[in-house]
Amino acid sequence: MISITVNGRTRQFDGDGAMPLLWYLRDELALTGTKFGCGVAACGACTVHVDGRAVRACVTPVASLAGRKVTTIEGLDPRGNHPVQRAWRAENVPQCGYCQSGQIMQAAALLAETPRPSEEQIDRAMAGNICRCGTYMRIREAIRAAAGEQAS
Amino acid sequence: MTAPERPMERREFLRKLAASGLVIAVSGTACRRLEEAFKGEDDDDELGDPRASFSPAAYVRLDGTGTVTVICHRSEMGQGVRTSVAMAVADELEADWSRVRVEQAPGDEKTYGSQNTDGSRSMRDFLPALRQAGAATRMMLEAAAAARWKVPVGEVQARQHQVVHTPSGRRLSYATLVPAAKALEVPAKEAIRLKTPAQFRFIGKEIPSIDAWDMTTGRAEYGMDARRAGMRIAVIARPPVYGGRLDKLDAADAEKVPGVEKVIRLDGTPPPSAFMPLGGVAVVARNTWAALQGRERLRLSWRDGANAAYDSTGYREALQRSAAQTGRIVRNQGDVRTALSRAAKRLEVEYYAPHLAHAPMEPPAALAVVEDGRCEIWAPTQNPQSARDTVAKALGMSAEKVKVNVTLLGGGFGRKSKADFIVEAAVLAREVGAPVKVIWTREDDIRHDYYHTVALEHMEGGLDAEGKVTAWLHRSVLPSIGSTFMPGVLFQSSSEMGQGVTDLPFAIPNLRAESGAAPAHTRIGWYRSVINIPHAFAIHSFVDELAHAAGKDTRDFLLELLGPARVLDATQLGLVGKLWNYDRSPEEFPIDVGRYRRVLELATEKAGWAKALPEGRGRGVAVHRSFLSYVATVIEVAVDGDRRLTIPRVDVAVDAGMIVHPERVRAQMEGATIMGLGNALYGEITFRNGRVVQSNFTDYRVMRMDAAPREIHVHIVPSTAPATGVGEPGVPPVAPALCNAIFAATKRRIRTLPIGNKLGGAVA
Repeated sequence: MISITVNGRTRQFDGDGAMPLLWYLRDELALTGTKFGCGVAACGACTVHVDGRAVRACVTPVASLAGRKVTTIEGLDPRGNHPVQRAWRAENVPQCGYCQSGQIMQAAALLAETPRPSEEQIDRAMAGNICRCGTYMRIREAIRAAAGEQAS
Repeated sequence: MTAPERPMERREFLRKLAASGLVIAVSGTACRRLEEAFKGEDDDDELGDPRASFSPAAYVRLDGTGTVTVICHRSEMGQGVRTSVAMAVADELEADWSRVRVEQAPGDEKTYGSQNTDGSRSMRDFLPALRQAGAATRMMLEAAAAARWKVPVGEVQARQHQVVHTPSGRRLSYATLVPAAKALEVPAKEAIRLKTPAQFRFIGKEIPSIDAWDMTTGRAEYGMDARRAGMRIAVIARPPVYGGRLDKLDAADAEKVPGVEKVIRLDGTPPPSAFMPLGGVAVVARNTWAALQGRERLRLSWRDGANAAYDSTGYREALQRSAAQTGRIVRNQGDVRTALSRAAKRLEVEYYAPHLAHAPMEPPAALAVVEDGRCEIWAPTQNPQSARDTVAKALGMSAEKVKVNVTLLGGGFGRKSKADFIVEAAVLAREVGAPVKVIWTREDDIRHDYYHTVALEHMEGGLDAEGKVTAWLHRSVLPSIGSTFMPGVLFQSSSEMGQGVTDLPFAIPNLRAESGAAPAHTRIGWYRSVINIPHAFAIHSFVDELAHAAGKDTRDFLLELLGPARVLDATQLGLVGKLWNYDRSPEEFPIDVGRYRRVLELATEKAGWAKALPEGRGRGVAVHRSFLSYVATVIEVAVDGDRRLTIPRVDVAVDAGMIVHPERVRAQMEGATIMGLGNALYGEITFRNGRVVQSNFTDYRVMRMDAAPREIHVHIVPSTAPATGVGEPGVPPVAPALCNAIFAATKRRIRTLPIGNKLGGAVA
């Protein structure tokens, strides 16, 4: 039995500990905001926070999360109004939207660690998150905007 | 596609062609369906109060609370169509935007007209009908108010969810007018009064996306997220070679995985498989992880069949051999051979563009329930009607027994027009007797796509002593999309050659276009902007090469090639058949050289084309008409001492006629540019022993943020011309503009895509 905290709620898991967090969230907890894109940590669509840091849920076994705090897009902000989420809407970032949960979680983790990132820091932090619609220009803008808002 | 001669085959061909969606050759069909869609609906209303709501057209419903529900019959895959459709209807309806909701229509052609969200046609084909639906509703509300007040209808006016009696200032809300309005006749189409552009409140304005909240909070539901009580998850091991079949199967280990419930053999459809599944072995489990583990443990072998020798290196040589011979002539003006022999300067080059995969961020996934002789589907489909028909055929049901609910699509790009993955779910749901969701992994997606074609483009050109182009020969050799639907297809269809080649606007006295023979060995499908990709790459790379050979600036050279602003007479292009014009008549949507010139001039002016760049930098340009829109792209590249490529700036000018949602048009042009850059820089699917070599984003590279341009500037040409395509036309000019820029910066000519590490340094 593994005890994990997901979005502030403690859960008991007694399945296969090798199961990636992604499938636990999606299949068992019905938290489908975290997306499946590649299964090999190559696209970032499944990005969540574990103890505040961005990790790829598709390669993170549930067994490695005992006693740790997982935050998904559904738990980033209770009202969906995290500065990054607001900036995403203000800059009209999403097109199809599928990768955006992961992009937002990655950006939120970046800003938590580096409140005023340089252009290069933004590109480096976000390079693991693919968007096939090509919203990269807007994502950069939104991160700059959210950084400005957080700082003020 | 090559239309077969025998009548039986021809009928079958046309049927499959229509099912494929891309290339409905029957002109006027789309328009006729618009008329059918524009009709009243009965009161069978699930959401509102059926006695109070009314729905004068298929696209709109107003209920007793005054809530306007716009029914979006087009699939949302990132182009913003759910918002644009609502804007068009709500504007004419004079609705208060805060009281507008959007409901996604299930697949139902009789009610909505074609729902095939493909070919950049939502606004082009449906904007008039959507506006008419809104306007008719508004007129009925006005008539109801006038009757209530016993005043002439000319004295009332709808304004922001109310009808106002202008002389007295009296007002009635839409909600109170619904019962009376619904008893009235829907106005005849000729009587419908549309707004003038000056009266628009939403069309042409910036409106936040209707789905933005859900998409930023994880609440948006895609096909991959669909759930039903008792649902099983299935993953499928498919034959690695197109047309291959299962030989031996040992499922004992797979069945031992906790959570795995069933291992099921699936029949495939031999090539040409069209939209039917490839077959293989399905592992059905309680959850995704168990299904994946089970599939890992299958022991199976395949009989590879006729395509087992497909090899990309050898195939390129086969294309080259084909390109060395005269192909099927589709356009012929003057005498190109004589003109080439008399040219002062002659160029002969070949361009190669490889297979590409769609790789939408959401891999294919579909949920199906089969119960009581009916089937219900939840799927991210671009074409719910063809999904419905294909599922019905596979299950032996009538289409009326199949309901296809359209979820949001996590990207489509043409992949999700094809119903193979949906049929898999339906067949398994029937077999298992429970709801089944089929999930494709990224490896499944990369290895079993309907690939973008692979092209060898042979170009010959002649210049006279003044550097004017006197001769142009374009021989395009690539496996046709038709091969996915018809046996024995070797040549491109008129619709494929119509994507840049037969509609080439250049004023060249001796011009010939040919399609060369190329058999297909995998499923060829349409991918965002389709055959325009290799055609535009060759045409605009070659223009740049000719310009350099003539010692002229490429922009000036292009303007000279285009000639003076004019509308081309399609009968004077030397075409062997009729001009293919994206299913629309050339009278309605002519090839307008003035519009080409305008976008070319706009993009180059905004990009500062005339301004010199420092060493190691260069600009390239291309201008292309596709999906009836005109796009010019200027790309600036920088190549540093380590031969590392960066893209400081891109300028895109677009003329897509009347624009409903300019903010989304900019977004589409940005996204098309990013996708086009990724295609050109990295995109390549290769085959060895009939199998796809690549597997995931690790070896099928796409553009990432650190390689994206620093700036993309989109310039929209203001226009009142009919709306034309937006989703795709931004892609074709990108690859040639990029390669031309690389030439300007480095003197290195890229004729084989992808660019990869051909510059000798990293691409980032």
